[in-house]
Amino acid sequence: MRTYHQLTDPDRSGLADQIGAQRRRVAEQLAGVQRIVAVMSGKGGVGKSYVTAHLARSLARSGRAVGVLDADFNGPTIPALLQTPPEAAAPAIGLDGVKCVSMGHFLTDGAPLSFTGPPAEGFVWRGAMEAAALREFLGDVKWGPLDFLVLDLPPGMERYLALCDILGAPPAVLTVTIPTAESRDAVRRAMRAAVERGSDLLGIVENMVGPQFPGTAGDDLAREFNAPVIARIPFNPSPSVWDEIPLR
Amino acid sequence: MAFAEREIPGDGTLAATFKCPTCGRVIAMLTNPMETQLVSSLGVEIGGRTVPAEPFETISKAVVTGGPAWSSDAQERLSRVPSFVRGMVKKIYGDYAKERGITEITPAVMDTARAELGLEGM
Repeated sequence: MRTYHQLTDPDRSGLADQIGAQRRRVAEQLAGVQRIVAVMSGKGGVGKSYVTAHLARSLARSGRAVGVLDADFNGPTIPALLQTPPEAAAPAIGLDGVKCVSMGHFLTDGAPLSFTGPPAEGFVWRGAMEAAALREFLGDVKWGPLDFLVLDLPPGMERYLALCDILGAPPAVLTVTIPTAESRDAVRRAMRAAVERGSDLLGIVENMVGPQFPGTAGDDLAREFNAPVIARIPFNPSPSVWDEIPLR
Repeated sequence: MAFAEREIPGDGTLAATFKCPTCGRVIAMLTNPMETQLVSSLGVEIGGRTVPAEPFETISKAVVTGGPAWSSDAQERLSRVPSFVRGMVKKIYGDYAKERGITEITPAVMDTARAELGLEGM
């Protein structure tokens, strides 16, 4: 009996070559992208998509070529935030010329994301299918030259970890939090994971700042991770709030 | 043992057979639907690829886009749309049908939608 690593016969399936081809495809497609930024948070509902869309638009208005990859497959909101038209090819072009791809472009309005496959025990393979979708969004969209590709990640760490694996190198990370202690504690875990994977922490956006959510999460995280608070976004921000971010 | 054949019977299972080049003995590796799905998620073809992977291959095949049913004729027509736009084209037709209360997309529905929406070539 031989184990897998003791096999010397040729691999007729060429699985290693197939995986290698996938990685080359991603690398080739992203060759024209100057910087990949993952917008993440350990907490849901803090405004990651909102920040992603407005950050992308402000970068575009400042003259940068920007793409947004909506990696929140189960709750895609970027098409609505960027008001992408129902175009037939990825990437779609949204407000301020931001390029965009989203699972929302593939699902009939209101339809939840589901995959063909065995109906029972879907938890076993669903994460793997979502990782495959992420790989195809990275490797099959003709982004062209971009100064920034901004990824809107869902809450939690799973998509970030899949992204690191697919890219082969950790992306830069922009973290979004609201001011509360509860958000701070959840976001701290995510930032620690990002640091452990070697991501460059670009900074923290403190969103929904105001009396509704008292706290000092932005400053606390900035101090702990030696990362700047690059924006504090009030509940009803003026457009100029976003235009100041690319300057930082 | 050398890889001999891959069989996909269509019930979600997969069989890969291997043959001993010396004695001719054949063994088969069988996967259940869950295992098959996991292999599919890697975007690889057991037995090797004869053509490169199409863009959005997994999404086109595995994502259920929701919305109205597709007749077999309509599905066949959709399959002729280049894979890199197929998912989006399917969504456009799906949204069109949903907005009009159409429960099944047929080639006739596609023709009407194409004319109304200006989707020549889709």
